[in-house]
Parts: sequence; structure tokens; C-alpha cells
Amino acid sequence: MKWLGLGLVALLSFALAVLLGPAHVPLAQFARSDIVRSLRLPRAILAFLVGGSLALSGASLQALVRNPLADPFLLGLSGGAGLGAVLAIALHLAGPWVLPLAAFGGALFAMALVYRLGLVGGAELDPRVLILAGVAVGAFASAVTTAIVSLSDAAELRNTFLWLWGGLSGASWDTVVVMAVYAPLPVLVLFAAARPLDLLALGEEPARHLGADVVPLKRRVYVAASLLTAAAVAVSGVIGFVGLVVPHAMRTLWGHRHRPLLPASFVGGGALLALSDTVARVAVAPRELPVGIVTALIGVPVFALMLRRWRAA
Amino acid sequence: MEGRLILDVRGVSYRYPSAAADALACVSLNARAGEFHAVLGPNGSGKTTLVRVALGLLSPQAGTSEVLGRPATTWSRRELARVVAVVTQREEGLFPQRVRETVLLGRYPRLSLWGAERAQDRSAVERALGRCDVAGLADRWLWTLSGGEYQRVRVARALAQEPQLLVLDEPTASLDVRHEMELFELARTLVDEHGLAVVMITHHINLAARFADRVLLLSEGRAVGQGAPGEVLTRETVARVFAWPVAIEAFDGRPQVVPLRRRRNA
Repeated sequence: MKWLGLGLVALLSFALAVLLGPAHVPLAQFARSDIVRSLRLPRAILAFLVGGSLALSGASLQALVRNPLADPFLLGLSGGAGLGAVLAIALHLAGPWVLPLAAFGGALFAMALVYRLGLVGGAELDPRVLILAGVAVGAFASAVTTAIVSLSDAAELRNTFLWLWGGLSGASWDTVVVMAVYAPLPVLVLFAAARPLDLLALGEEPARHLGADVVPLKRRVYVAASLLTAAAVAVSGVIGFVGLVVPHAMRTLWGHRHRPLLPASFVGGGALLALSDTVARVAVAPRELPVGIVTALIGVPVFALMLRRWRAA
Repeated sequence: MEGRLILDVRGVSYRYPSAAADALACVSLNARAGEFHAVLGPNGSGKTTLVRVALGLLSPQAGTSEVLGRPATTWSRRELARVVAVVTQREEGLFPQRVRETVLLGRYPRLSLWGAERAQDRSAVERALGRCDVAGLADRWLWTLSGGEYQRVRVARALAQEPQLLVLDEPTASLDVRHEMELFELARTLVDEHGLAVVMITHHINLAARFADRVLLLSEGRAVGQGAPGEVLTRETVARVFAWPVAIEAFDGRPQVVPLRRRRNA
């Protein structure tokens, strides 16, 4: 029942994302419309993949760092991506893929740095150090970014900032293909970690005695969740809120066991972002709202309703 | 007739990195099916370290530990969890859980990577709940349980692993008399009726003396006594190890330790 409901919500938000837009496309010409085929369809698919990736990595990271407030961007990836993008602009690199690649590279660099700091004091990834390292690396990257921005020509850097917070307007079939080829591996790695993540929630020693290989588990989850987030940042900038609230909304329906929670978060995150992006495109057409604002505007009331229902039950 | 040898720890020593002294020095312990072992000793005497070394979480600097004849460090955690279950001193509850859910976690080492829970997993969970007398709590949230109920639920999760050896690390800490007794009686029943080997770390010298077949008394990482409770728990040894004067009385044919008052009229 719950899965059917979630599936319907996802289908509906996907359908709306394709049907609605600033331009009116009559239903009769729908199948042949260029706007639908080369703009709305890839953008809807990308929104779904990005939203799903963010929610999935948020849910996994919440278990990994033992903090229900964890969010995919807690671990410094957004700061790294921003620095990468600003550096690319400041160095006058040009080309269609420069910004996403630079942001992706910056996010990967931040991830490697945070990972290395997370190993301080031993060969094991320490979740508490990981959070601190994430916040520190993120702050450092933001400081460097701001320094570069304040020292150089503002006009073109403004574009970077807009791009970084700009959402899904860069969607194309190319980005969809890249994401569709790239995402499945980390997604599967995280789905496969669902049961051991349940054990990890008890603490590391109990998890070991129950049969989980804790050290490789933590590494796999951290790397897979970060890789997903880095890709999401590269194709769509920093979209907040999805990764934090969707997992909790799904917890109110499916409980805290990760086997249903992780796939549900992926589908729920995809649906929320597809819907939010539709609103972002339509609400103030012909202009666009930043999609991160819309995810918060839609997500918070939905979450509040779910929380109330869950409290009452 | 002696039961099957499950855990065979021979002369292990372990020193934590950058520690000044050995946490364990040349300690042995062998547990057979149908035996109840108690591990006693003051705080910091190496009891929990012994469990970690015995089960391959730490590699000893000297000595060996074997489970079913195979070095403990060569077992994968999954394989080992099918033979040995541990109720640790502490665990965290990051997310709220219901009793049946948490007992089901004990089935993890027997589930395939992608497979769902099978009928045999559900029946093992119900069996474990029944044995620990917590079947009536199955749908309760963990945080609504009393301390004694919670510990029995954790034992049920360990039993859901269907182990041959059950290790309990201070399971009765902060429990009242009735819940202490219930837990010791449960452990004894598992040994007598279900043929498990039980190794229990505890500070309850007197209950250990009454329930256990053998006791191991540790002090500063060394075994100062090992054998039947009557042989190990003598007045001199207990007083020396715990640094407190005691008298030993007999009850049910087992020694009972009575700590003496040092200052009569303080």
C-alpha cells in the first residue's frame, strides 16, 4: 500500500514535470514537441535522479555519522564544489563541461581531504571526526572561494554563484546519460549496505558481534554517498533540504530499517525534486525560482503533516 | 561426557597500543557445550579485553584463540556470528526500534545479501522471544522497557543468531534482585536445556559462584584462579584481588563472599 502510494506520487510528479512549463504545448502536438522532448523530459529525469541521489545519500550518512541531522552537504562537498567552479572561472577555463567537471573535481578533492582527516588517529574511519572534518573543510573551501571572488572580476563570477545555486536549468540529454551511467553503482553499493547499517546504529562493537564488517562498511558508505552527492552537485548545484528531510519523511512511514528506507528515500527524493523543479519553472514564469527554495517550501509543510500523523499513531 | 569444545583460548597476552602494561597476560579459557563459565575480576582487570581477543576483534601478541578449532582472527565476522553471540555491555539506540525488529537483527549473519527474511528466520525470532520470556513485549518500543526486560530482549537477539556460544558482558549491571536472578536462571537454562556454552562476565561473585560451573578470576590481566567456584573463591584470593577484607560462607554447597566492614563505628 505504502509503496503503491509512493509510486503514484512519483509518477504524478514526473507527469506534471513533463506536462507543465512556461510554454504551452497543446496535447495534440505533445509527442512531437521539441520543448517536451529536448527540454522537459531530460530535465524531469535529471531532477528525479538528482533528488533520489541526494535523499539516498542523506539517509545513508545519517546512519554512518550517527546523527539524524546529517545532510549530504554536511561533509564539506558543497564547499569543495563551489571552490572548484570558482577556480575554473577565475582561471578562464572555457567549454561546455568545464563548470560541472570543476565542481565535481572540487567535491572529490573535499571528499578525499575529509576522508583522510576522518582517519586521523588510526586506520578506522571515525564518524565524529568525519563530521568535524567535513565542517572544517567546507568552511575552509568557502573562505578560499570568497577570497577569490573578492579579488577578481565580479561579473563572470556572479554566473558561477548563480550556477552553483541555480538548480536544473543546465539539464540536457547529455547530463541525463552521464548521471544514468554514473549513479547506479553507488546506489547499489548503498542499497547493499542497508542491513549492516541497521546493525551499525547499535554501535560498532555490537555490530561486529552481529556479523557486520564495520570498517569496510563505513568506507563503502562514505565513498558511495559522497560520490553520489558530488555528481548531483556537478549537474545541478547545491540543492538543500532534499537530503535531510526526505529520509525523515520516509522514516515516519517505513520506520528506521534501512532496507525499505533507502529505496523509499530514493523514490521520495526524486518525486520531491521533480515536483519542486516544476513549481520553480512555472510559478513565476518566464523567470525561474531557485529550486532549493521550492524544495524547502514544499518539503517543510509535507514533513510537518507527516510528523503530526506519526506522532498521533 | 564432555561437550564439544567451542572456544579454546590458550595463553593469550594483549597490550593496547601505547599502554604501559599488558591488559591480558597469559590467560587461558576453554568453553565446551553445556558449560557455564563466569569471568570475575575488578574493573580494568581485562575481562572485556579477553572477550575481544577470544573473538578475534583484537589480535593477541602471544598465545592463540580458536573457535571450533580455527583461529578466531581467520573467521569472517558473519561466519563467527553464526557460532558465537555476544551481548555487549553497552549499545546505542540511534533510531527507535521495536522489540521484534531488534531481535530480527540477530538473523543478519544468516541472511543473504539481497534476500528477504524467510519463514525460518521469523520462527527463530519467535523462538528466541519465547525462551527469554519477552514474547509478550514483541511489539513494544525498546525505550518503553524496564532495564530487566531490555536485557532479556538483547539476550533474545543473541539467541536469534542460533549460536553455540553465548557471551554476556555484565548483563545484570544496574538490575534489581529479581531481574538479576531471572537473567542468571535464563543463562543456566540455556546451558542445561539447550546445550549452549555460556561465558558471563559479571561483578556478582555470589551469583556466579552459585550458577557457574567454572569461574575465571582475573586481576590486572592475569588469571589468579580458575576452576570450580569452591576452589577459586577462597578468602585470601578474593580479599587480595578485590583489595578488601572478606569472609566466605557456604550456601547450597557454594562459596558466598561477605565483604567485611573495616570501620565498625565510623
